[in-house]
Amino acid sequence: MSDLQIKKSSTIYDVVIVGSGAGGGMAGYVLANAGLKVLMLEAGPYFDPRLNSAQLKNSWESPRRGASTNTRNFGDFDAAFGGWSLDGEPYTTKDGTEFEWFRSRMLGGRTNHWGRISLRMGPNDFKSKDGLTADWPITYDDVKPFYDKVDRMIGIYGTVEGLENEPDGIYLPPPAPRLNELYIKKGAQKAGVTVIAGRGSILTQALPNNKDRGACFYCGQCNRSCKVYGDFSSSSCLVIPAVKTGNLKVIANAMAREVLTDDSGLATGVSYINKDDMQEYQVKGKIVILGASACESARLLLNSKSSNHPGGLANSSGVVGKYLHDSTGSGASGWLPQLLDRKRYNEDGVGSVHIYSPWWLGNKKLDFPRGYHIEYGGGLHMPGYGFGGGIQNMNGKVAGRDGKMKEAGGFGVGLKDDYRRFYGVGIGMSGRGTAIAREDNYCEIDPEVVDKFGIPVLRFHYKWAAEEINQAKHMQDTFQEIMHQMGAIADPAQGKETNYGLEAPGVIIHEVGTVRMGDDPKKSALNKYCQAHDCNNLFVVDAAPFVQQGDKNATWTILALSMRTAEYILAQRKKLNV
Amino acid sequence: MNRRESLKALGIGAVTTGLLLDVSCKTDTKKLAEDNAPKDAPAADPSRKPDEIERDNKLEAEKFFNDHEMATITVLVDIIIPKDEKSGSASDAKVPEFIAFIVNDMPEHQTPLRGGLRWLDLQCLQRYNASFREATAAQQIEMVTMIAYPKKAKPEMAQGVSFFNRMRDLTATGFFSSEIGVKDVGYVGNTPNQWTGVPADVLKAHGFSSIWG
Repeated sequence: MSDLQIKKSSTIYDVVIVGSGAGGGMAGYVLANAGLKVLMLEAGPYFDPRLNSAQLKNSWESPRRGASTNTRNFGDFDAAFGGWSLDGEPYTTKDGTEFEWFRSRMLGGRTNHWGRISLRMGPNDFKSKDGLTADWPITYDDVKPFYDKVDRMIGIYGTVEGLENEPDGIYLPPPAPRLNELYIKKGAQKAGVTVIAGRGSILTQALPNNKDRGACFYCGQCNRSCKVYGDFSSSSCLVIPAVKTGNLKVIANAMAREVLTDDSGLATGVSYINKDDMQEYQVKGKIVILGASACESARLLLNSKSSNHPGGLANSSGVVGKYLHDSTGSGASGWLPQLLDRKRYNEDGVGSVHIYSPWWLGNKKLDFPRGYHIEYGGGLHMPGYGFGGGIQNMNGKVAGRDGKMKEAGGFGVGLKDDYRRFYGVGIGMSGRGTAIAREDNYCEIDPEVVDKFGIPVLRFHYKWAAEEINQAKHMQDTFQEIMHQMGAIADPAQGKETNYGLEAPGVIIHEVGTVRMGDDPKKSALNKYCQAHDCNNLFVVDAAPFVQQGDKNATWTILALSMRTAEYILAQRKKLNV
Repeated sequence: MNRRESLKALGIGAVTTGLLLDVSCKTDTKKLAEDNAPKDAPAADPSRKPDEIERDNKLEAEKFFNDHEMATITVLVDIIIPKDEKSGSASDAKVPEFIAFIVNDMPEHQTPLRGGLRWLDLQCLQRYNASFREATAAQQIEMVTMIAYPKKAKPEMAQGVSFFNRMRDLTATGFFSSEIGVKDVGYVGNTPNQWTGVPADVLKAHGFSSIWG
């Protein structure tokens, strides 16, 4: 290590961006297209879905038939380079609490494999009616023009519904439901649950004025990332096009260590370790933008201590890391006897939801605040690892082809035929709800632990409360009622002993809120343009600025806010303010 | 990008839709997977990370089961999924090879399978004075029948039921995710197409009046 030195680049970029996911990608795209010289640091390798996707591989091309591994948590064909645990990059938890942190180290980050469910937050999500949580410093009307621009630029399918807190966008036609989903829709409506077309960032039609992206061809494999760029990934839709402008340079395998500041407290650049040569580098920028993910951006700020910023950069308020919140999640599964021996046809559809239930009970008085939405699925999917599992719990419950009840389990030609009969009968539903942002749910720097690069790691403290648990119970009750109404045979429901199936914090991968925005510098780290109160050439564009997430998935709001911040930066530059 | 360009990007000729070719990409990003690939190996899969390729090669080479165990597994999987008028047997679909790999990939299967095979052999030795593999076909079926029906199996067969449930699951997964099995079960996706909703005759058969129900 005697040759270890810090390599300082003399180039001063207009902007240095840390992270290439939805937030970093959008900021880079807008700024590079406006002519700024942008440097983007990405902690993982370069990734281009056109070249690196496993799209259209058959199950048998994987020796484990698509099963997950420690390095592919969502299956062997999934695009994520990363997972719940990264070799040499630990995180810890405190006081026996739980948090699961999914990190994708790759160009485009988690947008390469996400569910593409693209929901706008509504007016009541920005300004709550119950007053239980802090309001955002901005309203839906402030963000709406950016949601609109994101819709047009990236493309999203859906239907105009006119619901109060589920704002409509500018939509491409939605994919029709699969057969299983038609049954779900009918059952849910009988149960009094609203069901509408899904809203997903997939090109069900070619996007006007975009020659680089192909229309969806319905393989249903969005999680593998799309070779024709038919869905939204930050890599394919933002970063790679931005690189083509000649104004944005990506340094891959660059793990940011800290944001550098000068004597006046302003940001001057970023230091990072290059994973390829394990050398230390410093790059300079007039503006620094963090889009490293909510928790990673908080970690960077907390690790960027200086005499001007003793508690970490942008943290004179002490809120950085606090108010961490994920969505709640609980699920159910079952199967439809009506679908036994169903006719075969290609039912892959799209790799996002075809139908969903926006929160349908408004502000009705319940034993939990806010609400949740439900995502549904089922269909004639590609058989892979897990196919046919637990048939002994199914084939004894219905009559065989001869009309006689069968003994559960079995073997031989009769069993072989059962697998055919039961193919495509399954259904699943997942609730995703609002979790309350709380000061005592947080991430902080673990005082004792560093990662393999010597960077202090995050320690999490996160507990669910009655609000979330009661919501999960409501989800389970609703799922059972929907299953009953559609004549499904439900798998056992989750009860009190599992907190009604409520997933551990972080598992839904909607973690937000760790560098919250606000008008009061004593209570927030960023102003309403995601600009640090304490450091006016520093911005955060991932989900960290969220004050309080609705039940809506975070990505579309990250994109809209990042675009808004990038346009604000351009306007401020014109005024010579940054 | 129009449809023809899309198909080209997928490595699919416009005429031969459905025939899937490996996309060969002669670019720098392929370096991602190439670095650790053996020199004489075919071009590395650009969707895989070098450490994954290395791990899979290692797993492929490992042997957990001995020859007797593999032979027993082969008999069992063909009892679970035999050849019929529609398709071949589990061993035709290389299910034993799949199970041999999966126990390396998922070590949690190792002890239940090894122990379960031994449990089965002991049962057969006591009953037939032969291991399961060496027992007659009729004896094998008699033995399997005692553990294949969880609800009516005798309590003292519980460990065997548990083992057989696992074998049945692995056999079904291995068979129906194979090329033979996918064709058998009638999965016709994984190819570029236009999804326009549930076909009219299916809608009608299930009592739905339109593609939106």
